Amino acid sequence: MTNILEVKNLKIWDSRNERVIVPNSSFHVKQGSCLAIVGESGSGKSVTCKAIMRLNKAGIRQSGDILLRGINLMELSEQEMRKKRGKQLCMILQSSMRAFDPSCVVGVHLQETLVEHFGWSREEITTKMKNAMESVRLKNPIEVMNTYPHQLSGGMLQRVMIALTIVLEPDIIIADEPTTALDTVSQFEVVEQFRQLRERMGCSMIFISHDLGIVKLMADDVLVMKEGEIVENGTTQAIFSEPQHTYTRYLLSTKLALNQHFKRIMGGVSVAEG
Amino acid sequence: MGSYITKRLLISIPLVLVISFVTFGFIHLSPLDPAEVVLHSQGIPTITDELLAQTRAKLGMDQPFLTRYLNWVVSCLQLDFGDSYVTGKPVWSMLGPAFLHTLKLTLVSTFAIVVLSIVLGVACALNAGKWVDKSVRGISFCLTSMPSYWLAALLIWYFSVKLDLLPTSGMESYKSYILPVIVITISYAGIYFRMIRSSMLSNMNEDYVLYARASGLTEKKITMHILRNSLQVSISVFCMAVPIILGSTVVVENIFAWPGLGTLSVKSILSRDFPIIQAYVLVLAVSFILFNTVSDIINAALNPKLRDGL
Repeated sequence: MTNILEVKNLKIWDSRNERVIVPNSSFHVKQGSCLAIVGESGSGKSVTCKAIMRLNKAGIRQSGDILLRGINLMELSEQEMRKKRGKQLCMILQSSMRAFDPSCVVGVHLQETLVEHFGWSREEITTKMKNAMESVRLKNPIEVMNTYPHQLSGGMLQRVMIALTIVLEPDIIIADEPTTALDTVSQFEVVEQFRQLRERMGCSMIFISHDLGIVKLMADDVLVMKEGEIVENGTTQAIFSEPQHTYTRYLLSTKLALNQHFKRIMGGVSVAEG
Repeated sequence: MGSYITKRLLISIPLVLVISFVTFGFIHLSPLDPAEVVLHSQGIPTITDELLAQTRAKLGMDQPFLTRYLNWVVSCLQLDFGDSYVTGKPVWSMLGPAFLHTLKLTLVSTFAIVVLSIVLGVACALNAGKWVDKSVRGISFCLTSMPSYWLAALLIWYFSVKLDLLPTSGMESYKSYILPVIVITISYAGIYFRMIRSSMLSNMNEDYVLYARASGLTEKKITMHILRNSLQVSISVFCMAVPIILGSTVVVENIFAWPGLGTLSVKSILSRDFPIIQAYVLVLAVSFILFNTVSDIINAALNPKLRDGL
């Protein structure tokens, strides 16, 4: 299986105080597979993903190579990189409630994004989005598109983002803790949508989460990060059955215990069972 | 949106009534007897009690307070604010033209303030921390700290006296507007552009900006989204700038001999010309309410959450 994304010697640091956030990371994502990045808050998961998109804040610098289908993203101009964002690299954010411009209806973002990448007409976009939104079980898609973000729930907005991703058909999806801000029932629904998304599109995915139950269900490979460093890397089965590093063992023991709560709520049909 | 505007306008009516009552009440708390003021201004040497009583009856001062208030409100609605105690002319014939002159100056200045604040605010926010941002903030800080009479004097000396490009005073042509507008604009835009800058900077860190960027939108489009959200805070301030400038042009009007409200109000206060003072306060208060309503309506158009709130 070929690698769709290869990250080599990625170093990320804060230029204002020279603090190194990620000292030296190398990993890859295979074509059609899902790589989960796990670790506690502040372990450098989100910064790593933003570095792949080259979207970290102005003071944060990065070096190394990021190869997407063999093209080094680090060497692209800002203009070229912008064209890759959305179309080839798609990001789904944690805080869906704040991901859309609060003063515009949700449809504005969808229209602008799709016009930017494909130049489709308004009608074409509406039809495609309508189909995609129906496929993620959003009722009344036209109405949803004409609604302001604050009038929708976090789970609904998360599904709008997934629907947009379906239409964009990117090479790789980066989902930054997409279920963390949701209530348990919405989490279950959104995870289901992600699973279907992968089955339907066969696209590759980087899935950041600190919910190991969801990781076990979604990922093929797992990368464990601690204080910016990759402490363990392997297949999901290997990580969950024979964790090598003490930190991985610690994460598994604490997080899986917490997930029993989820199991109880979902009446046994639990994500944690995976 | 239509129902929001209707509701918002209906709320303004009781506000205007309360303000008119307070205005009328306060003037009548003054220890001075209006009849005495009228007689003094007519140059009558000896004021007898009989004469005072006659004048009071003529002015309607012998009627109960509420009757006088109601009569005043009804006449005000027809733009009849009574006659000046000093000149005897109808108040509106003096206040109307002065109001229009000040309004023209205010509107031109507000336009300049809005344009300059947005341009500088956006430029500084997009270049935060760089030399453009630092120098604009530095220069504006120096200019804003200058008192407006000092700035006005400097400008008159340079542009009117030394270069002889612009008139020193009066209201003759569009050239007369340039210097007073510059003086007013500098003192307000220097503060307002900072507000837009900081509002832009805080919006830039919002997740919707990250998602827009991650979706591959152009920086131009993203800036428009940021600006739209950042302006919401400033809309109220910009709208309120109109009545604030209307009521605070005294210094500028006096320096540039602008025949506006500032000049008229000072003159009326010094000569205790109650009907003019009363009308002046009422007109300003109504413009505060009016522009506050306008700002709420514009904000509601920009921010859908506010529409649900009323």
